[in-house]
Amino acid sequence: MSGPASGKTASSKPASGNQTSTGASAAEQALVKASVRSGWLLSTPALVLLALAAVGPLLIMLVYSFLTPGEYGNVEWGFSTDAWTGILFTRDVFDDTLRLEDAHLSILWRSVKLSLMTTAFTFAVGFPTAWFIATRPQRQRGLWLFLITIPFWTNLLIRTLAINEILRTEGLLNNILIGLGLITEPIQIIYTDTAVFIGMTYVYLPLMVLPLFAAIDRFDMRLLEAGYDLYATRLQVLRRIILPVVKPGIIAGSILVFVPALGAYVTPRILGGGKQMMIGNFIELQFGQGRNWPLGASLSVTLLVIVTAALLVYVRFANREVTRG
Amino acid sequence: MAKDVTHLPGFTTISMTVFAALYLPIVILVVYSFNSGEDLAHWEGIGLQWFTKAWANDQVKDATIRSLWLAAVAAVISTAVATMAALGTTRRGRFKGQTFIYVMINQPLMVPEIVTAVALLIFFAWFKVNLGYQGMGYLVLAHSAFCIPFAYLPIRARLESMDLTLETAAADLYATPWATFRRVTLPLLLPGILAGMMLAFVTSLDDVVITVFVKSAGQDTLPTYMLGQIRRQVSTEVYAISTMLLGLTVVLLVVFMALTRKKD
Repeated sequence: MSGPASGKTASSKPASGNQTSTGASAAEQALVKASVRSGWLLSTPALVLLALAAVGPLLIMLVYSFLTPGEYGNVEWGFSTDAWTGILFTRDVFDDTLRLEDAHLSILWRSVKLSLMTTAFTFAVGFPTAWFIATRPQRQRGLWLFLITIPFWTNLLIRTLAINEILRTEGLLNNILIGLGLITEPIQIIYTDTAVFIGMTYVYLPLMVLPLFAAIDRFDMRLLEAGYDLYATRLQVLRRIILPVVKPGIIAGSILVFVPALGAYVTPRILGGGKQMMIGNFIELQFGQGRNWPLGASLSVTLLVIVTAALLVYVRFANREVTRG
Repeated sequence: MAKDVTHLPGFTTISMTVFAALYLPIVILVVYSFNSGEDLAHWEGIGLQWFTKAWANDQVKDATIRSLWLAAVAAVISTAVATMAALGTTRRGRFKGQTFIYVMINQPLMVPEIVTAVALLIFFAWFKVNLGYQGMGYLVLAHSAFCIPFAYLPIRARLESMDLTLETAAADLYATPWATFRRVTLPLLLPGILAGMMLAFVTSLDDVVITVFVKSAGQDTLPTYMLGQIRRQVSTEVYAISTMLLGLTVVLLVVFMALTRKKD
């Protein structure tokens, strides 16, 4: 099973531990060739649809990143690498030298920083939650898991809106803080990096909990007894037994959170108020007011490359786990 | 197993806080959507006025119908091709290129939505300019494609847990391959297909980013209409729409759970 999909699978079939593989009989072996051909044939409609509306356009986008921006948006046919240097540099109007573009750098840095913070924090609170669910009696487990699954499938826009309601100036958080006498004036949380961080943690948390749960669910609890019998402290058991064994789940969860966080668009758009941009919003800007489609394309390709690199690291790691175990 | 072995101090407290934090904002949003006051900031008692107001709004009605229509069409198309692909990639020996098929099918789960959205904007812009066609076809195509993995995964899971011997038995009794498929495989697979269709429907219904970039003027779906409203001013009307969408999602999820629940 491919890695990133496991989050959704974990939610749809929480209890599927092992599948029974049917051994191939001799008669089936003879039909291998025909079966391969029918395998491809049956997959063709899906592949065509995906090539047309998912994978193919990515290649065209790569081409666009090497073109010249049109005056009113779109592109003009002329080779240029400006969109690529434009990610980090601006060209001086007078002497044509390149210097680092601070505004772009700060957007890229904010995106990476907020995504890493979100990943770390969702792990910090997601791990105890996944542990809690996995150690419930079998009958209760489904219910707790369902409680994680509902927010997971709830529209991202609605969840962001819900956090917006809490964080806004007259919102619940400020009212509580004022009510407690901790502050006298509402504090500005909304439209700050903090708001984007809180919002992303909120919306991506289920993506961390589900793969962690899947990993902990397979964890052999007898190992804990063995650890305690050998006089390990709780901390030692956590660090030396639990965390190493559930590591694939930790990596899967981290990637499932980091990837959409880095490409987040809706959450920073609403909670950052258009000022605290992340890469996703910066890309959109190039297709709107920015009127620089090639730069938007090169930024998108960059994002894609980072995400693919993260996924490859995961696949590498997952395969190594399989061959070792 | 003794309970104290699995106990880790503080974990229960943290997870209870997490569950509370996950649900509190949503509950507040739902409660506020029943606010009968004119203004979001002031609570003036329970009422359904924002629901009736939202429904009286033609833009909302249009967007609702468009959303449901698009989700239904995309769910049917993606489930049909995903069912075929699932039949083509399971219950046979591993073949060369299978990994390629897996990667292609799961691609929408791996690529950030904004990247796909921008790529589709570029790609479809060319057609929109050169063919002059501005219809719903682009949205149908885009939604059908990114719904494929959501339909595919439960169908494949169902296929992998199915017993091959039944089909062998049918074949032994001189059923043609087609008859075997129609009378044996398909009925057994049906819960998986319906579950996949359900997930595809919810996925399409929830999409914001790709729809925003692909849609032509006047093709707002509910989420894009909401996003447009939020950009101006968050109103109780948006909360009422959220509550309706939320209700629909929960209903579909419960149906999905019932379909995929393993009989013990």
